This record gives sequence, C-alpha cells and structure tokens, in this order.
Amino acid sequence: MSEAQAPTQTQIPVTVLTGYLGSGKTTLLNRILSENHGRRYAVIVNEFGEIGIDNDLIVESDEEIYEMNNGCVCCTVRGDLVRVVEGLMRRPGRFDAILVETTGLADPAPVAQTFFMDEDVRAKTRLDAVVALVDAKHLPLRLKDSKEAEDQIAFADVVVLNKTDLVTPEELAQVEATVRAINPSARIHRTERSGVNLTEVLDRGAFDLKRVLDSDPHFLDSDDQHDHDGHHGHHDHAHASPIHDVSVKSVSLRGGEMDPKKFFPWIEKITQMEGPNILRLKGVIALKDDPDRYVLQGVHMIIEGDHQRPWKADEKHESRLVFIGRDLDEDRLRKSFEACQAA
Amino acid sequence: MPTVAPLDLNGHCIAALFIGDVPYFALADGTVHRLDYGHKTLQIHDGLLAATLDQAGSQLITGGEDGKVCASAGDSVETLAEVGRKWVSSVAAGPQGSVAYAVGRSASVRFSDGRSREFQHARTVEGLAFSPKGMRFAVARYNGVTLHFPATDGKPTELEWAGAHTAVTFSPDGNFVVTSMQENALHGWKLADGKHMRMTGYPGKVKSLSWSAKGKWLASSGASAAIVWPFQAKDGPMGKAPLELGTRGNALVTCVACHPSEDIVAIGYNDGMVLAVRFADAKEVLLRRPGKGPVTAMMWDKGERRIAFGTDAGDCGVIDITG
Repeated sequence: MSEAQAPTQTQIPVTVLTGYLGSGKTTLLNRILSENHGRRYAVIVNEFGEIGIDNDLIVESDEEIYEMNNGCVCCTVRGDLVRVVEGLMRRPGRFDAILVETTGLADPAPVAQTFFMDEDVRAKTRLDAVVALVDAKHLPLRLKDSKEAEDQIAFADVVVLNKTDLVTPEELAQVEATVRAINPSARIHRTERSGVNLTEVLDRGAFDLKRVLDSDPHFLDSDDQHDHDGHHGHHDHAHASPIHDVSVKSVSLRGGEMDPKKFFPWIEKITQMEGPNILRLKGVIALKDDPDRYVLQGVHMIIEGDHQRPWKADEKHESRLVFIGRDLDEDRLRKSFEACQAA
Repeated sequence: MPTVAPLDLNGHCIAALFIGDVPYFALADGTVHRLDYGHKTLQIHDGLLAATLDQAGSQLITGGEDGKVCASAGDSVETLAEVGRKWVSSVAAGPQGSVAYAVGRSASVRFSDGRSREFQHARTVEGLAFSPKGMRFAVARYNGVTLHFPATDGKPTELEWAGAHTAVTFSPDGNFVVTSMQENALHGWKLADGKHMRMTGYPGKVKSLSWSAKGKWLASSGASAAIVWPFQAKDGPMGKAPLELGTRGNALVTCVACHPSEDIVAIGYNDGMVLAVRFADAKEVLLRRPGKGPVTAMMWDKGERRIAFGTDAGDCGVIDITG
C-alpha cells in the first residue's frame, strides 16, 4: 500500500466526465468551459463529437488500454492519456485544469488508474473526480444493453441525473434508487439540461485522502436513508439491486476499532484477491491506540491510505468500509473484516 | 575544466543537437533556438512534440500538436506533411532523406521525392526508428514491434512481447531492436533468431537510450545510475550484468548521451546535473552543476568536444569539455 502523496501546488486537477451519447455530457462540458470561473481548461476527447466543443485547447486521442505486465488483469492504464497528459504538461502555462471526456462505451477504471499508476502523470496531475452523466429517461434501457453504463455509475464520485423533465416523479425516484443501489457513496444531483451547479462537479477532491470522505455525507452519516440497520447493527446490509439488469452491488461494513496488525494484511489480501471485482472502495478506519482517523480509497487493486486527522471528541471511534463491485462475497467480507477488530 | 555556456530559455526542451557546428534547441512551445553568431529563434510549430536530426545531420525534423511534420535548418522551414488537427507524436529520420512520423494508429514514411506510404496499426504507434541498414523501420506498439519495409511491398515482421512498448531503437549494427516499456523495463530482440532480451530492475521509466561507439554498449536512464548494457556478445546482454555509472544517492538519471567514439557517457540527472563517466574505470567528471530542472536532451558535436543540453525548465546550454 502506498502512502498518499501530498498534493503539490503544481499538480493540475483532472475531472473525468463519463456518460452515454445524449446524456448531456457535451452540454455540461461546454458550460464548464464557458462559465466565468476564471479557470482555463485543456480538454481531452476520444472523438470530436457532432456538437462542437468551444475551447482553444482540445486534444483528440484514441482510447488505448494498456495492461501492465505484472500479471494483474485489472492493472490497466490508458496509454493515450499518458501520452497526451505528458505532452500537455510540457506546456503548463496554457491551462489550469484538465477535463477528460470519455465515450459512452469507455471503461472508467483504466482512466482513473492512469492517474495513480503512471509515475509521470501522477507527479504532475491529480484526479479530482469522476463525474457520470445519466439520462434519467434512458438509463433503464442502457443498463439492459451494456455493462459500461453500470460501471460508469459504480465508478462515479458525482452522478448528474439529467433530463429529469422527461420522466415522471415516480420514474425519477426509481432511476435514482437504481443509481443509489449501484453506488451508495456518490453524490447525486437531479438536473435538467445539465444545469448542475458547477461547484458540485469541479474541485471535489474525491480522491484526496484529506477530503475524500468529508465530501461524502452518505458514507459518514449513519442516518443515511439507505443505511437501514445503521443504528443497531455492526454492518449495513448489501444494497440489493432493485432491478434485474444491475450486476454491481455495494457492501458496506461497519466495525469497532481495528487491530492494525490484522487490518492492513487483510485489506492488502482482499484487494489482491478481489481486485478485479472491486470497482471502488472507500473507508474510514479507527485503529486501536491511534488518535487519528485512517482513511482509505481504492480502485481495483490500487489502494491508498493515510492518517487524515484526529478523531473529534464527539465522534464515535468506529470503522466503516464500502466496497462497490461485482461478485463480492458479502458474508466473507463482513466476517473477515470483523475478525480484524482489536480485542 | 569543462565550461558551460548557458542559454536560458522558457519551456521544456525536447531536443538539443548540433547541425554542423551550430547548437539547436527545440522547445515544446514550438520554438527552435540556435546559437549561430548570437541567439536566434524560429517559431516552427504551435506545440512541438518530437524532434530528431536527419541522417545527413543537416536538418531538424520535427512533429507538432499542429499536425505538421517539418524539416528546418537556419531560417528555412519546409512542411513535409500536414495531417490536420491530430498530434504528430513521434518522428524518425531514415536513409536518403526519408522521414517517418506517427499520428494515432498510423505510421507514415515520406521519401525525399515527396512520395509517402502510410501503415495502419491496430494500436497506437508509440515510437519509431529506422534501421541503420536499408529501408526498414520499426514501430513500437502495444504488445511488441512491427518492422516495415516501406520501399518494397514486403510483409512486415512482427516482434511480439506482451505489454506497452513506448519507444524503439536499432543497434548500430542492425542486429538488435530494443524498446522501452511502460513498466520500467527494456525489451530486446535479436533479429537473426528472434531471441528475447529482458532488461528489468529500473525504478522508473526509461526515457533515454543511447548506443555507445560501434554499438558495444546501450546506455539508459531510469535509475539512480546510468544503466549500461553490454552488447558485444552475439546474444547481447543476456546473462550479463549492466554497468552502473554515475550512481547518485539522491537523484535519478533522466538523459544519457554516449560519446561518438570513446567509451564515455554523458549523464543528465533530474536535478539538472551532468556528469561524464568513463566505462573502463567508472571515473566521473562533473560537466554541469544542478540547475532548474531535469535534463531532457543532450547531444555531442562531431568534434567530440561539446555537448548541447536542455532541461524541462528551459535552462539549456553548451558544455565545452576542454574548457
């Protein structure tokens, strides 16, 4: 496990926009580029769409997934992003932030992993957040015919549930419940015409261990409406999918103070063995005899952890961990997690 | 005592080289600077991504973010190719004035008479190199290297090795092809029999490769020392340990340039320092103290007396090793 790197001033923030054609991605992109926030963006797109993107600095790149030669099938990076980001960063004065627009069929994991696994990219940029645009009307259909739509939601830090004006309140509630079932820790914003407040999309620090879970009320708040047994159990139940076409699920675990001698080997082993099935993981861990909260975040097998800040006097010393993924053995995860608790 | 004539520029230096006796510095912003009775500047690209010297040593070949491939020398610029709004990410210079360039998944060769041939690949063309003998060039790609014979309709030769190959070079005798890879390693093939060579153990990516005189050694960056692999034997470096030259505890080697005739390598570090180190006894001479940024480019002149160098911060210059 690598210790988190302190972000430096020179690290350029990167926002990844995912979503299907027609989800409102280009509309949001153009809003980010045109609104008066004083930031200049470099935009990386996989294909120049039919709707123009209004920006000086647009780079087209061919999606190029590179498996690393280390025997780990989920350790993939986007070779095109490595090259383009490297090129862009050689002329750093032109922009303050980077937007990566992926196609609707793109797997978000290699995109995110590029910013952790490639030493050069990581030295100069930091992944700020993965934002998924979801078309409220067509999501059920998308989930039926593709795994990518589900992956994009599972992977997102922010879900913009767009085109809410095209569905009934009941349909909207159902779609939102589906999104929530796939990803219990993402922030969801309901919008029409991609009209989300840009502060909800930009500068989220979703991968910044100092901030990662503070911006995540669903994760920390035990009154979370989806956390049904939060008041009496030591764990949440797995969020079962309300519809048939969803194969991603989340497992939320809760426990007391952890024995670091047990917990760290356990999380290392779990991420090694289950890495391909784990899309994202996030956690706050209370370590025995440690005055600081220990925070964790991971993408497949890549996991980062760091001491975040001292526990506040009124905070309960408890450990919480959420896995989002496929084929997760909830029972085994829970039992082995609980076995790491300090005696 | 070696002396340094500094040239303080603003921006990442992609290539530092000599055309005749004149030092040239190609920057990422698309400007090319030269020290020819004073500092002269030419804007060639809107964003320069790759640069190399042509085989005659008389022109600078460049590729840019503006989709252009240019040949330049002094104040003259010729546009050899234009591909629109895609990046020209790699260039290589071949025999008889030919030039190869990469755009996305295609590699093209332009002959000196203006004809050109395009070769499509299933994956992105990451690196290009011409063979020292004959009209043959190599494309580094995902899972290996493709060798093309652009002057004939001969079928390409595929060299396979799993992983992402990001740059490629031929040994000066044409017997070996070596790539650098995404995962901190080099991979080599002996062309006669396709034998593999794995050169691993680097803590960082290998971004700079340089063959010593007559191709006896291959120097590489990517570690706290220059890693220099022996290629004298018929099977190359297999089963042999590399030399580790110019080891520093607190710095990484970012650029290497072998002396044109002697077994000496100039080593540039991530703090801007440059050392010259002799292979035989690992004796080191300081050529340049640390500067503003990592050394990104170096080349010796034909007189074997001067080294043009550049860094990612733009503090470039010319080292005169005789003082």
